[in-house]
Amino acid sequence: MRHGKYPLLLAFLLPPLAIYGYFVVSPYAQTFLVAATDWQGLSPDYNFVGLDNFKRLWHDEYVWNALLHNVWLLLLLPVLTIALSLFLATMLNVGGRGGRGTVRGVRGSGIYKVVYFAPQMLSVSIIGVLWTQIYDPRGGLLNGLLRAVGLDGLAQVWLGDPNFAFWALLAVMVWSNVGFYVVLFGAAMQAVPRDIYEAAALDGAGRTRTLLRITVPLLWDTIQVAWVYLAIIAMDGFAIVQIMTRGGPDFSTDVVGERLYDTSFGESKFGYGSAIGVVMFFLTLSITVLALRVTRRERIELS
Amino acid sequence: MSEAVSTASTRPATRARTRVGRGALVDGTLNVFSHGFLVLWALMTALPLLWAALSAFKSDDEILSDPWGLPSELRWSNFSRAWTHGHIGLYFLNTGIVLLGSLTLTMLLGATAAYALARYEFRGNRLIYFAFVGGMMFPVVLAFVPLFFVVRNAGLLDSLPGLMLVYTAYSLPFTVFFLTAFFRTLPTAVSEAALIDGCGPFRLFFRVMLPMAKPGLISVGIFNFLGHWNQYLLPVVLLKNDDKYVLAQGLAALAVSEGYRGDYSRLFAGLTLAMLPVLVVYAVFQRQVQAGLTAGQMK
Repeated sequence: MRHGKYPLLLAFLLPPLAIYGYFVVSPYAQTFLVAATDWQGLSPDYNFVGLDNFKRLWHDEYVWNALLHNVWLLLLLPVLTIALSLFLATMLNVGGRGGRGTVRGVRGSGIYKVVYFAPQMLSVSIIGVLWTQIYDPRGGLLNGLLRAVGLDGLAQVWLGDPNFAFWALLAVMVWSNVGFYVVLFGAAMQAVPRDIYEAAALDGAGRTRTLLRITVPLLWDTIQVAWVYLAIIAMDGFAIVQIMTRGGPDFSTDVVGERLYDTSFGESKFGYGSAIGVVMFFLTLSITVLALRVTRRERIELS
Repeated sequence: MSEAVSTASTRPATRARTRVGRGALVDGTLNVFSHGFLVLWALMTALPLLWAALSAFKSDDEILSDPWGLPSELRWSNFSRAWTHGHIGLYFLNTGIVLLGSLTLTMLLGATAAYALARYEFRGNRLIYFAFVGGMMFPVVLAFVPLFFVVRNAGLLDSLPGLMLVYTAYSLPFTVFFLTAFFRTLPTAVSEAALIDGCGPFRLFFRVMLPMAKPGLISVGIFNFLGHWNQYLLPVVLLKNDDKYVLAQGLAALAVSEGYRGDYSRLFAGLTLAMLPVLVVYAVFQRQVQAGLTAGQMK
């Protein structure tokens, strides 16, 4: 066996490592190098400018504006998505209570899960295009609904109004993520022994109390994972913004990823764009570490 | 009610009885309330999708004047216009070609790498593992600028094989991570028996270990299929020629151009066509899909 080990290792590891190194590791690493240049992309000429890009970045109000939107997303997206998913998952999995003090899933919970999860199948471009149409001021579903119930005054140019565009985007991000976490939390709830819920029900704990005192602590590991993933999505958020608003109107939905893309591929300032990327890299890294730290708690072992 | 209390509870019966009794009353109204929420969210999820499908049959006029109305007739021609003039058919073909290559390559390279990392001890094993897994942490947008030039220098810009390689590279972290964990759980007794019977290490992998890893391969295969099918950002950077566009990218481009032309019916038809395959796959394999997608997040 021993002599056969290295041919296999070489054959099995070299091709994936080569592709991974060439297309993933080296671009990430090069971002750091390019960030220290004034490269404009068209010519191969560039100068090393050290930390100049970062100094400029510090005073770039557009970058700060974009970052502020990422921070808002970071605060709101995980909280809203997790709260809504936990609520729906609770209703589905332990919401139905028989008259006998037993706890069970609500009737038809399987169908609900299938429907809720469906947006997870769709690409970000389908979601973006679909919701752009829903928000359409003339033929959109949303304004159509408002007019149908006589609330014509509330109809808006949702994506064209700086006051609403960001919130409209946030709603889409929550909408597209909730179903996934309903299923994720649902699976975790299935692992909680039924007797715990039944005991709580017998002791007279209401639904809210059961959710906050039993479900949340028992699901903490899963919630933590959800938090980290949603935080990463919030720091990114580029794809949906690029499709729906391109950061507009009047930069009211700009995010750091969109800045990076516009600066690099729109204005051909590849050095400066990469500097934005480097900042984003460290922000994402620290937020992930922070999210893991802050949410760390004693793990509850289920026997 | 009293039966449940007396059998299930060891607590003072009176206390439990009053509490449970009150709880049941409140539950009656709460059930309506909670069902209401569940139905509301189901509507909020399903209505937009149904609306898009219905709008695909409408005329532009109907779409603009009556968003909640039904189409006056089934205009199938919207779909054929989207398929040909909207190039949705071409985008489907491109996506299919890319997927054929990228999925095969991802599964092959991911499984071999994961197997080597899971079942062999050698110097640098951990290092390679973490190099792969670390790739899951960062948004792909960070690598955009250099990636564009790396691909251009390799002469692979605007080429479907280039996109296959890039998809594969960016799918390896999760695939290796997931399959390494999976290969570790497989029993060693089987492979030892095969080796004693004179089976070579390569044969062992392809004839014994791969078939044993089938459930894991299916999960990660579904995950990668959806990821590659829905990929939007990588093609946006790497494909500039609209003959080469993949579906997700082509649809977004169509939305921009139809916005100027005002041809909404064609856009909705394209949107519906683009949604259909994944939703059909989902309807057929929903259990595996849900399991495959959520399993990855739990490790």
